Amino acid sequence: MNILVCISHVPDTTTKIKFTDNNTRLDVSGIQWVINPWDELSLTRALELKDDASCGINTVSVAHVGPVSAEPTIRKALAIGADNAYRVDTEPLDAYQVAAQLAQIVKAGAFDIILCGIESSDYNGSNVGGMLAEFLDLPSVSGISKLEIKEGKVHITREIDGGKEMLISPTPFVGIVQKGIAKEPRIAAMRGIMMARKKPIQLVDAVQTEPLSETLEFEPPKPRPACKFVDPDQPGKLIELLQNEAKVI
Amino acid sequence: MSVLVYTENWNGKFKKLSFELASYASELAEMAGIEPVAVSIGKVEQDELMKLAGYGIKKIISVEGENLDKFDTRTYSRLISDQAKNESATIIVLADNNRGKALAPRISVRLQAAVASGVTGLPEQTEPFRIKKRAFSGNAFATLELKTVVKILTLTQNSFDLREKSVEASIEKQTAENYDTGPGPEIQDVQIQTGKLLLADAEIVVSGGRGMKSADNWGPILELAQLLNGATACSRPVSDEGWRPHEEHTGQTGKVIAPNLYIAIGISGATQHLAGISGSKYIVAINNDKDAPIFDAAQYGIVGDAAKVLPKLVEALKVAGNS
Repeated sequence: MNILVCISHVPDTTTKIKFTDNNTRLDVSGIQWVINPWDELSLTRALELKDDASCGINTVSVAHVGPVSAEPTIRKALAIGADNAYRVDTEPLDAYQVAAQLAQIVKAGAFDIILCGIESSDYNGSNVGGMLAEFLDLPSVSGISKLEIKEGKVHITREIDGGKEMLISPTPFVGIVQKGIAKEPRIAAMRGIMMARKKPIQLVDAVQTEPLSETLEFEPPKPRPACKFVDPDQPGKLIELLQNEAKVI
Repeated sequence: MSVLVYTENWNGKFKKLSFELASYASELAEMAGIEPVAVSIGKVEQDELMKLAGYGIKKIISVEGENLDKFDTRTYSRLISDQAKNESATIIVLADNNRGKALAPRISVRLQAAVASGVTGLPEQTEPFRIKKRAFSGNAFATLELKTVVKILTLTQNSFDLREKSVEASIEKQTAENYDTGPGPEIQDVQIQTGKLLLADAEIVVSGGRGMKSADNWGPILELAQLLNGATACSRPVSDEGWRPHEEHTGQTGKVIAPNLYIAIGISGATQHLAGISGSKYIVAINNDKDAPIFDAAQYGIVGDAAKVLPKLVEALKVAGNS
């Protein structure tokens, strides 16, 4: 079996987010880019499966839609252990346009499991995975918190309201992954970093697709009013404020 | 033309989220000058369906069918897309929950419809269609323009107030056939905790962090949550340590919630944690470090040791509850 992990790159989650050009664009100065956390967990799980010979995984590939500036992020994925990478050379504009680009990579390849993170931590869209599945008319499973391969069958656990559902999925399918699939993201070792330099990143021409939406501007969240402090010896005062001022209890 | 809202049911019953969706759709329809229509999938009794009319929904389509008891993303997205076409929907509203997040992108591709996910309010304008959504995990809002004829919105739970507005409604019963989408994922087993208030449904959430020091100290948090009819949550280190189950992890990579009241105890308030709770209407922080960033996000705070403050708080709440 072959696995494709779709990766997005996002500002490091501790980055202070600022905007420029009248709040129409993200200010990228000083930003540390990382693999989107859920994509990184998907990749980690894919590599764990490959390490277990009984799962029968031949290759783990990664795909990214974006300009050359994203190559360090792709190299990082290769350093962690992905075998090869695809980069569609175009500016990502919205989820629809990105999913359309990824679809052509899946169509041209022979992938059995296609993994996408549930959302990216920048635009918080949670759409690319589902759109990719629909472009390809493939089954998809969302909210995956566990992925195993036993006797050639793909066993999935997905989160539903108040519980879990255990499924077996036919292949190929698109898996949309959330937290829990892998405990900690894998970290690149020096050997991996050296090897990543020689691994291929295949450039793919973009297909002509118009985005369906446009981000016009950003704004910071409204500042909350200053915190009112209550004497730790009189917590009853807090109850009073919640009842009479905030009126939430 | 219409606003079509998919009102999910749980074993044939609606919950507050369903009525939030109905309220949102009917207000949006009023704004755009079109009709609000609800689609319900699976068996729901007449009385239950009519509840949607209490929130301004004038037409309720109830679709039943053999294959519809289990949720399959392909089947459901086709069905909703077809209903949207039949009703000439220009806006489709779904919940921003597991199911809505699975369906919205599929419907988007089927209908060439732009999506804004995780919206918390009505659009600023409908021509052209501009709406705000959460971005950068709570560190910003983005204004999106949806450029297609049909638009899809997923609404964040507990972000839109119920609007009771009784209207005359018609119910249209349909039987779905021809929705066999071929082999798909097969459900082997389901584990559901019944009778427990879900974190996403809770209006009050009591949450503990590393400052609680050990799983053994969770007693007062559980008690506080019970007294307030709330749910319990935790920060990432707590679930990583195994003090609390992963389902309770609230934050950027865990659950993103928007309760009316979030009580953070022994949580310092790292950016990643705040990303999961920034939609809360009120945040209360109890922490022994007066410089902890959680106090910048909180409206009310107590600087003190949780082990000492909590028992007093529980006591005070019992007194207030009895008076």
